[in-house]
Amino acid sequence: MTPLLEVNHLKKHFPLKNQELFSREKPVLKAVDGISLSVNTGETLGLVGESGCGKSTAGRLMLKLLEPTEGEIYFKGQDITSVQGEQLRKLRQDMQIIFQDPYASLNPRKTIEKTIMEPMKIFNVPKSERQKKLDHLLDVVGLSPQHKERYPHEFSGGQRQRIGIARALALDPELVICDEPVSALDVSIQAQVINLMEELQDEFNLTYVFIAHDLSVVYHISDRVAVMYLGELVEIGDVHEVYNNPQHPYTQALLSAVPEANPDHERERILLTGDLPSPANPPTGCKFHTRCPIAQNICHAEAPRYKRVSENGQMAACHFAKEVVAQGT
Amino acid sequence: MSLQPDSTPDTDTGTFNNQEHPKTNNLFKESFLRILKSKTSVIGLCIIIILLLTALLAPLIATHSPTDQSIVNRYQPPSVDHWLGTDELGRDIFSRIVFGTRISIQIGVIAVGISMIVGVTLGSIAGYFGRWIDMIIMRVIDIMLAFPSVLLAIALVTILGPSLRNAMIAVGIVGVPQFARLVRSSVLSVKETEYIEASKAIGARNLRTLFGHILPNCLAPIIVQMTLGIGTAILDAAGLSFLGLGAQPPTPEWGAMLSDGRAALQNAPWVVAFPGVAIFLFVLGFNLFGDGLRDALDPKLKD
Repeated sequence: MTPLLEVNHLKKHFPLKNQELFSREKPVLKAVDGISLSVNTGETLGLVGESGCGKSTAGRLMLKLLEPTEGEIYFKGQDITSVQGEQLRKLRQDMQIIFQDPYASLNPRKTIEKTIMEPMKIFNVPKSERQKKLDHLLDVVGLSPQHKERYPHEFSGGQRQRIGIARALALDPELVICDEPVSALDVSIQAQVINLMEELQDEFNLTYVFIAHDLSVVYHISDRVAVMYLGELVEIGDVHEVYNNPQHPYTQALLSAVPEANPDHERERILLTGDLPSPANPPTGCKFHTRCPIAQNICHAEAPRYKRVSENGQMAACHFAKEVVAQGT
Repeated sequence: MSLQPDSTPDTDTGTFNNQEHPKTNNLFKESFLRILKSKTSVIGLCIIIILLLTALLAPLIATHSPTDQSIVNRYQPPSVDHWLGTDELGRDIFSRIVFGTRISIQIGVIAVGISMIVGVTLGSIAGYFGRWIDMIIMRVIDIMLAFPSVLLAIALVTILGPSLRNAMIAVGIVGVPQFARLVRSSVLSVKETEYIEASKAIGARNLRTLFGHILPNCLAPIIVQMTLGIGTAILDAAGLSFLGLGAQPPTPEWGAMLSDGRAALQNAPWVVAFPGVAIFLFVLGFNLFGDGLRDALDPKLKD
């Protein structure tokens, strides 16, 4: 089965302005530096990592909201890396995004009816159908039909996020990139929105790429999880495997920071020292070696390759991860 | 729940349109109430309303014809018959000022309209598309800004030929850079917001994004600039008329009246003084109101 979305060695380097006079090398910020992953139809892939590791940039690259510097993107088996203009516009029907900040992602001068209707208008959905679809969308995201003539500022954060979700679903997309959809919401509202998104996934047969920094949220909603550090994937695999048996020291450190509900449980907290290095000037070798508790000389010199660390395809990029030889190969 | 809208699809869209207006008005009502709180802008608003009424009811208010000459009555000081005196040709100054209001408002609206349309178009294109388009447009704007505005207007009228219409065009063109720069900067900041990215994500074309999403969110500074611009336009146009490059006699234009009366400044100061006061009041009114409007629409003041 071809995966719904596949990216290979995807890179995004942003040019930096402060180029030294006469210097030949143009300084770049390596926001995403060679990630490869695939998302299967109907699953939810969680993308986690700390702030500034390139999660959101990766999500926008997958949607082609940003032009990748290098690498390939396949959507439904079709190479969309260099698709432009009108063709790209057509593709937008099948891939949508839910934004992080529900206060910034809705046009303050448009009623929510106009906001949700706009994608249908753009893609020439017949008028009679639009109205029906609007009512249906409002219904499924839990908004009342009398809300539709109101403006975004009249809604709470959670309601706004529901409007954003309704807009993303207006064209019946197959893939939805969720860019930290709940991190701007109160915890009680977070649960509601997450549950709503799970229900919608069943109803609309959606495939999610769920970007977040909240590990427990990702655990709850994802089937598989990918961990990013400084623009690279350090570990990817089934969510239960990664959470129960993390192989990369960075994943281990992240997971050890998740608070636990049981106060009696003694847990070993792995504290990372130092700051996140600048993506404009990343460390050599393994990018994590500056903060890694188990770093050796080899980590300075050589970038680790991806190792298969479980029977089910969990992969980790660490020199010291135990490799499992897959059966039959 | 889908039954209700389905049963009456036509009236539903009808009520939607009706209900939309109070909502949009609410935003303006809110700013309007904020304007009323400031005394200076209320004064400005009153002056503007009086001027508008004067222009509308000019034939009723004026005591004489604005163009009828009476050599016997030249240079009459203010009196019961001629409230503000008469000029060198014996025309009633009060009536001329009253009719001049029409011309001044016309100049203000048309000139600012030209500046606004051209400036907003250029500024939004420059801000939205960026790169070399931005570079070219903004350098042209910079060149225009390098000339003193009145000088540029004089040059333009000299090319086009002196007439009231050409003066309005010239004053309009001179006002373009302000609008272009203002709109460009607003577009640049709105362009970076998430809802613009969202409009890209739902497949909106450039024009829809620009006119449907970006410009409606730049309206406040444009409205303020228009109000303030009317005052400047009147002043510039009066300047042109004073130099004989704008309104031609016998049009009762305030700037031209100043020019006509300046020879008799010592003997008959009223000929010059009252049109001057009229210009002063007009500009003052729009500036006070424009300032109040800017404060009222400033998003930083909103809670």
